[in-house]
Amino acid sequence: MSSPDATEPPSLYAAREPIFPRRVYGRFRNLKWGLMGLMLGIYYVTPWIRWDRGPNLPDQAVLLDLAHRRFFFFMIEIWPHEFYFVAGLLVMAGLGLFLFTSAAGRVWCGYACPQTVWTDLFILVERWVEGDRNARIRLHRQKWDGEKVRKRAVKWTAWFLIAMATGGAWVFYFTDAPTLLVNLVTGQAGAVAYLTILILTATTFAFGGFAREQICIYACPWPRIQAAMMDEDTLTIAYRDWRGEPRGKLHKGEIAAGQGDCIDCMACVNVCPMGIDIRDGQQLACITCGLCIDACNDTMDKIGRPRDLIGYMALTDETAERKGDAPISVWKHVFRPRTILYTLLWGGVGVGLIVALFLRSAIDVNVSPVRNPTFVTLSDGTIRNAYDVRLRNKQGSDAVFTISVPFDSGLRAELEGLSGLSVTVNANETLSQRVYLNAPRGSAPATEDRTQVRMWFEELGTTNRVHQDTVFNGKAE
Amino acid sequence: MCAKKVTQKPGDVPTTGHVWDGIEELDNPMPRWWVWVFYATIVWGIGYSIAYPAWPLISGATPGLLGASTRADVVAEIKRFDDANASIKQALVDADITTVSANPDLMSFAQNAGAAVFRTNCTTCHGSGANGIEGKGYPSLLDDDWLWGGDIENIHATITHGIRNTTHPDARWSQMPAFGADQILERPQIAEVVEYVLQMSGQDHDATLAAAGEAVYLDNCAACHMEDGSGDITQGAPNLADAIWLYGGSRDAVTYSVVNARFGVMPGWNDKLTEDEIRAVALYVHSRGGGQ
Repeated sequence: MSSPDATEPPSLYAAREPIFPRRVYGRFRNLKWGLMGLMLGIYYVTPWIRWDRGPNLPDQAVLLDLAHRRFFFFMIEIWPHEFYFVAGLLVMAGLGLFLFTSAAGRVWCGYACPQTVWTDLFILVERWVEGDRNARIRLHRQKWDGEKVRKRAVKWTAWFLIAMATGGAWVFYFTDAPTLLVNLVTGQAGAVAYLTILILTATTFAFGGFAREQICIYACPWPRIQAAMMDEDTLTIAYRDWRGEPRGKLHKGEIAAGQGDCIDCMACVNVCPMGIDIRDGQQLACITCGLCIDACNDTMDKIGRPRDLIGYMALTDETAERKGDAPISVWKHVFRPRTILYTLLWGGVGVGLIVALFLRSAIDVNVSPVRNPTFVTLSDGTIRNAYDVRLRNKQGSDAVFTISVPFDSGLRAELEGLSGLSVTVNANETLSQRVYLNAPRGSAPATEDRTQVRMWFEELGTTNRVHQDTVFNGKAE
Repeated sequence: MCAKKVTQKPGDVPTTGHVWDGIEELDNPMPRWWVWVFYATIVWGIGYSIAYPAWPLISGATPGLLGASTRADVVAEIKRFDDANASIKQALVDADITTVSANPDLMSFAQNAGAAVFRTNCTTCHGSGANGIEGKGYPSLLDDDWLWGGDIENIHATITHGIRNTTHPDARWSQMPAFGADQILERPQIAEVVEYVLQMSGQDHDATLAAAGEAVYLDNCAACHMEDGSGDITQGAPNLADAIWLYGGSRDAVTYSVVNARFGVMPGWNDKLTEDEIRAVALYVHSRGGGQ
């Protein structure tokens, strides 16, 4: 990067400066290893969990069956008309992000974002193959000799295999995993499966291996949105400059008079996967992964100074600490009206979804009155209304449904194309049946403008019985 | 951090000179790969405009080397569906139309295809809901009152040949004299027979006139409309005793019909639609609630 000069305008673009994060040990690093293992484990293992649902239904615990428009999640089965469950989950995901961001800042970015997790994994592989920071810098500057070619080839191959496994695992969520694996290997899987794997392999390889922090800085909208959700009580990572400054080298045996705790060892900078200096203050590029805290604490331990020169803190803590007051506890930052409100909203949606899940009736039926025309006059003066009824059979076997209206309503039901009032719906299918309600000439429903009517649906041979309220349009005279 | 020694502080980054409330806009350089992506899109754009239709000319546009055409795609797509449906269409043509409803696959196809044919060709007169226009001569196809018969074979014949359609020898063709305009009946006789018809259909009427009208009816009307007024589907004579009136059932409307006679027309469809389309739309109409 050219140095700023008043006479010479700065360059419009600059090459990315490569980042070589150093290995670090500590509390946050261990937390990140644990979370990485957990999340990658869930991602790779989930499609292989089996769940017996009986005949004619898939036995994969989590399955997004796009072809048949069903979503299976363990004991839950979602049909397309129940998409509000998915919408509800998305609302919960949104509120969850608000909650975590306002309470603990960019924890999603630092610990859970796939970009962060896979980049972490790719850096781990990089370290295994090429060594730690200094070895990697050396290799980076080295000419393309045998050693460099070999190491790069091994690293890229390993990255590619991880990338392929990532894209490969994705497609297993959409169809029966064991069958698809066999088909993939034997070349019999659909083109869309190979294409999906190809695209996800390419993006994983490029984003985890090369783009890395640039995705966060240039591509991701989340860092920009977060500013709206953070406030002065939000936990974030900060450098206690009032304790650290003026920074300076500390030589063995010396007592640094007039110097702060920061010995300018650059440990916090060297471990940073984003390539920033946390001592410059809170900045957009910081994903709050906590690795600089581990690095700095290690140094503080060595020079015998108190830990947490760099640490999680809120803006209010800084003001308090500068004045010499004790920082308030983390819990007081986390539990405040804003986060409690988010939690209540989040929990409310969650409880609502669970209640809706258990209130789903065994028979799924939808009655829509035909409004063009609202009624038909038959030759004997009978007023007829038509209804398009959709009956869903969610079971693995055929079911017979009987449709009726209360006798005292004065209405008589009739089914299009059928002589009785029973209709068979095949296993796992939705049937559309036209139902007629007839009101004799001069009867109350025939002469009134609108009459409320309750249509009953009963599954033969079971106790399943539901009703739908609808309306009968008469010939008001 | 980068391999180079850190020399730059945030304060060193040049600014654009824009300041809002003390917040300065930094002028960081763009990443170089971003510029490469920009150049790549230019190259892609040039290649795309050569490969695909792009540059507008006086008429049309440059065709592009790959010969891509959305119109050709649509034609191909329609042909693909036509080919895919060819066998079931043939099955529909070959089937006995009275038993199609027992075949769920064929019936499902006929329902959907028939609905499409109906929307395109029939809604102009019969309405999008197939309920016609009451009192205006456009019959409802949803009720159980049929001029020419409501079983599937009669519906099929009516659609195929049309009504009062001069180009088809087999077209439905009804006749009714204009009793008033042609001075077949005297005015008082017409008034009497109208009251009798109102009585037959259970409406308010003048009983004295109606009693006198019975003889007029039996002499002049019963041949086609039958003694009990139930009409005759073989002649297209409407039922006069029911609650459904093609041209209105009021005293004035019935009088007008007796004086002038009224006839509807319908085109024959066998020169516009294929046999499978006619069968599909016949089955669709038959299953709207009125089919017999």
